[in-house]
Amino acid sequence: MAGLVYFSTKSGNTRRFVEKLGLPASRIPLNRSDPPLQVETPYILVVPTYGDGDPRSAVPAPVIRFLNDEHNRSLIRGVIAGGNTNFGEAFGLAGRVVANKCRVPLLYRFELMGTAEDVHRVLAGVTEFWKRSA
Amino acid sequence: MDMPTSAARHLNRVDAINWNRLQDDKDLEVWNRLTGNFWLPEKIPLSNDIPAWNTLTEHEQQLTIRVFTGLTLLDTIQGTVGAPVLIEDALTPHEEAVFTNISFMESVHARSYSSIFSTLCATRDVDDAYRWSEENPFLQKKAELILERYRSEDPLMRKIASVFLESFLFYSGFYLPMYWSSRAKLTNTADLIRLIIRDEAIHGYYIGYKFQRQLAQLPAERQEEIKIYAYELLHELYDNEVKYTEALYDDVGLTEDVKKFLHYNANKALMNLGFEALFPASVTDVSPAILAALSPGSDENHDFFSGSGSSYVIGKTVSTEDEDWAF
Ligand SMILES: Cc1cc2nc3c(=O)[nH]c(=O)nc-3n(C[C@H](O)[C@H](O)[C@H](O)COP(=O)(O)O)c2cc1C
Ligand SMILES: [Fe+2]
Ligand SMILES: [Fe+2]
Repeated sequence: MAGLVYFSTKSGNTRRFVEKLGLPASRIPLNRSDPPLQVETPYILVVPTYGDGDPRSAVPAPVIRFLNDEHNRSLIRGVIAGGNTNFGEAFGLAGRVVANKCRVPLLYRFELMGTAEDVHRVLAGVTEFWKRSA
Repeated sequence: MDMPTSAARHLNRVDAINWNRLQDDKDLEVWNRLTGNFWLPEKIPLSNDIPAWNTLTEHEQQLTIRVFTGLTLLDTIQGTVGAPVLIEDALTPHEEAVFTNISFMESVHARSYSSIFSTLCATRDVDDAYRWSEENPFLQKKAELILERYRSEDPLMRKIASVFLESFLFYSGFYLPMYWSSRAKLTNTADLIRLIIRDEAIHGYYIGYKFQRQLAQLPAERQEEIKIYAYELLHELYDNEVKYTEALYDDVGLTEDVKKFLHYNANKALMNLGFEALFPASVTDVSPAILAALSPGSDENHDFFSGSGSSYVIGKTVSTEDEDWAF
């Protein structure tokens, strides 16, 4: 089974969600000064939503930089978005933007660090997803 | 409680704030989103709700006004006591500035309920509801439970109480305008409430984030004690919140669904503090109409793992003209 790539800021919600999944995962570094992440196998991206409610600002800049790398981009297979339904129409917007830009499916949205139910669904979903695309 | 106050609780000197020298870049990120979100009730055409208001029964109108006076009380507390004590506890000048924004926005929230009242309601009915809220033991108790913590002089307890106010206690009230909106009633009022709900998300997130940063500095046993304390306070607030909910919603038969909404939001409040959710999925299944009213349009492209589709859906085009993207 291929892996996960995720991004998380200092509040660490997405990191905690990914840790609860317990699947192999690589983290996109927070700072420009860190060495950039390069992936070699197909992956699902887990990304929190930021910005001001506009699609142009929803995806965190380090994730954009990661996807601007053509090789990294060629290996993305799906996206899972973090967010909070309180943001209304902008809930999980980063997932919709990445899905659209990279022409991959938006697989799931979860809030904050995710509940046990979210973990359960994503584990089942991811397993099934890789089986199908094998 | 003997909390270490060592963490330089007060900025004992006032230095001119420099936004180009940040100790914590979250401060600027949150400041930008909060100021970008700025709104005033005048921008919402509330008077378009007058016809819908007149279709509500007298009892439904009374319930709605009572719910809004309850929300007004919480925003008043947060604007005049909660956010100001958090300013005192701030560790950086930028954090102080963020809390001044939060404090002011709470006053905008509190003020906007009065705009709804003056647009839709008879003065006498509103006066009655204010009297009701002053006398309702559960509303008064929830205010007291929070104010007690705010008076405790303990930065971590204050933040726990504050996150519970921002991310949990409002929701017995927010339910009703979402319910009306799902029935195509008071939709402009619902637009205004959604602006408040969005603000509260950032408030809860930010206060919870600052809480976690401070908590992480403490020894493990102390962290564990504080976590237990947080769950205890949540239970105490929850027990009272259930009674408040019953007092309001039993007559209209909505209590059970409101409770699910409480559970759902209690989980999110805990997560804002960095703690695991408490209520299992079996009691957080808020009716889909309410969730759709909360984030309208965001479920157009259902996510695949939720099991609603048989093929993967790729999002509809959203414009992302931006220099950052290189493709
Ligand atoms: C400034 C700011 C803006 C946000 N904007 C959105 C948003 O537009 N839509 C959304 O669903 N969530 C939004 N969120 C919520 C975050 O996506 C959510 O808290 C997430 O769990 C953060 O992940 P992280 O802790 O891994 O960085 C926002 C949070 C912040 C602080
Ligand atoms: Fe508020
Ligand atoms: Fe608030």
